[in-house]
Amino acid sequence: MGFLAMPRILLILGLLILPITLDMYWQRVLCIAGIYALLALSFDFLAEYVGLVCLGGAMFIGFGGYTSGVLNAYFGWSPIVTIPIATLGGAVMSTLVLIPCLRLRGIYFAIVSFMLPLFSVYIITAVGIFGSTEGISALDTLPNIWVEQYVIIGAIIVALFGIRRLVNEDIGLIFRGIKDNDQAVRASGISITAYRIKAVFIASLIGSFAGAYLSHLYGWLGLSLFAMDFSILPIAACVMGGMGTLVGPVIGAIILTPMSEALRGFGQLRVVLYCLVLIGFILYKPEGLMNYLERKYHQFERWEVV
Amino acid sequence: MDILIYGTVNSIIFALIAVGFSLVYGVSRIPNFAHGSIYVLAGFLTWSFINDLKMNYALAVLISLAIASIIGLIIYRFILIRLRGLPTSEIIASFAVSLIILEGLRMQGIAGFKGFIGPFYVLQPFIGGKMNIFGVFVDYQRLIIIAGGVVVITFIWLFTHYTKTGLSLRAIAQDERAAMMLGVNSDRMAMVSLSIGSALAGLAAVLILPLGNIAAEQGYRVLVYALAVCIIGGLGSWAGTILASFALGFSMITSTAVFGALWENVVLIGTIILILLFKPSGLMGKQKELEERV
Repeated sequence: MGFLAMPRILLILGLLILPITLDMYWQRVLCIAGIYALLALSFDFLAEYVGLVCLGGAMFIGFGGYTSGVLNAYFGWSPIVTIPIATLGGAVMSTLVLIPCLRLRGIYFAIVSFMLPLFSVYIITAVGIFGSTEGISALDTLPNIWVEQYVIIGAIIVALFGIRRLVNEDIGLIFRGIKDNDQAVRASGISITAYRIKAVFIASLIGSFAGAYLSHLYGWLGLSLFAMDFSILPIAACVMGGMGTLVGPVIGAIILTPMSEALRGFGQLRVVLYCLVLIGFILYKPEGLMNYLERKYHQFERWEVV
Repeated sequence: MDILIYGTVNSIIFALIAVGFSLVYGVSRIPNFAHGSIYVLAGFLTWSFINDLKMNYALAVLISLAIASIIGLIIYRFILIRLRGLPTSEIIASFAVSLIILEGLRMQGIAGFKGFIGPFYVLQPFIGGKMNIFGVFVDYQRLIIIAGGVVVITFIWLFTHYTKTGLSLRAIAQDERAAMMLGVNSDRMAMVSLSIGSALAGLAAVLILPLGNIAAEQGYRVLVYALAVCIIGGLGSWAGTILASFALGFSMITSTAVFGALWENVVLIGTIILILLFKPSGLMGKQKELEERV
């Protein structure tokens, strides 16, 4: 029992205790790390379990963030109402936008999803809605830093264990079938597009929640919600933590975000640096941290007295 | 007339940007996401050779093209060669290289390097001045772009149809195993294609950049344009690439004339999504259609 439960309990307790040990500035960083962790989780789920490499994580953030921000700024609804609405609404919108692209796969899907956040930016600047290039400021923020932290940590835990459960259910089997051999799935009389839509909806739920949370964390929304950072750092976190492990990306994001935060003084160097980390891991340790640790952990099989 | 001339210029610009990407993808199936960054890098190198080292214009262009092709070679030899056949990793790694180059160009304060920040990097046009064609004023640089584009495309066509290297490139693109059986080294060909593709990106930069400023952000735009053209034309198809660049070039110029400059990118990506909806393999994409797409 202990052998199986230990890592899970360690992770949950670690995440719950982490805020208490940090000071004000790093608590803030933890919130941002949580956002990246959620994005990395959704990227990992889509890439490794459904076979859709989505380079447009920024789109989920943008749609979620804009929905909750606009509802808050124009109608004055409180974050407790807007975050759930934006999570659902953002996910529905992202899924609708991605549906035409779901007929593609592999690099074609990656390329199109990479363009979608840029497209959203162009549309917002062209139409001039939602504060256009300046964005909307003075949104309501969450009550205090403790609520902020535990909301995101709770979301990470729920999303993480939810998706772990999901991929082991029947539907998860179909998802993995689509990734490995979609023609075979089609031959079994299962519509791959319908299942891809479901998968994208689940992934964008997570991403849109992160976006909605982000706009209320900063109390500000603007075009930088569609920035490249939200597409790249989660991928780096995934590669570092270990693709396909689901826990790995979360841990990767919690390691990488403070690292890039500590390098903030160097300006653009931090982007260069985390790209170097990314290339280093992809070339020399493609399995990532978590797969390695898992293997090592299983070598302690006789750890518990049976 | 206005639309016709500027549309042609714009289409040729698209074709120049996309031709390198299309060559690399067509031969080695590697989506070279570092394409845009090599474009910008070549522009900056040419600028700094001319202005910092006081070089001759032609010499600066030649050296920066050589450097671009060497960078393409290095990217393949040291990074992508380890990732062949893993599409996800190829995309991620080449995109990371692209970010390193682009953000590296903006970096400041290391070893006295100032970084390229600010809007003041402009390449001289080859020949200044304007010309009146059927009542429309066109500057010489745009005419040079048209000529350059035609020359480049003809050259590439001749190269891939009548030289040994070019023929082996096409052989690898069509059937890698059969080509390897006949003694074509697949890795070397992929390396050659990546270095030619990078040199073409550099050439496009040198031809196009005199029309405007050089800035690191352009790398992303160039990448998106190259991807757009290749997707619409059907990735890896030559005729498709050219057809698609004309379709996009004219649709962009027309939309600018009708709706205003802000809408050109909206129309661009809208066109892509529409074409994907109705014909997911692109306009001319036949190759490997069943394997690549559903």
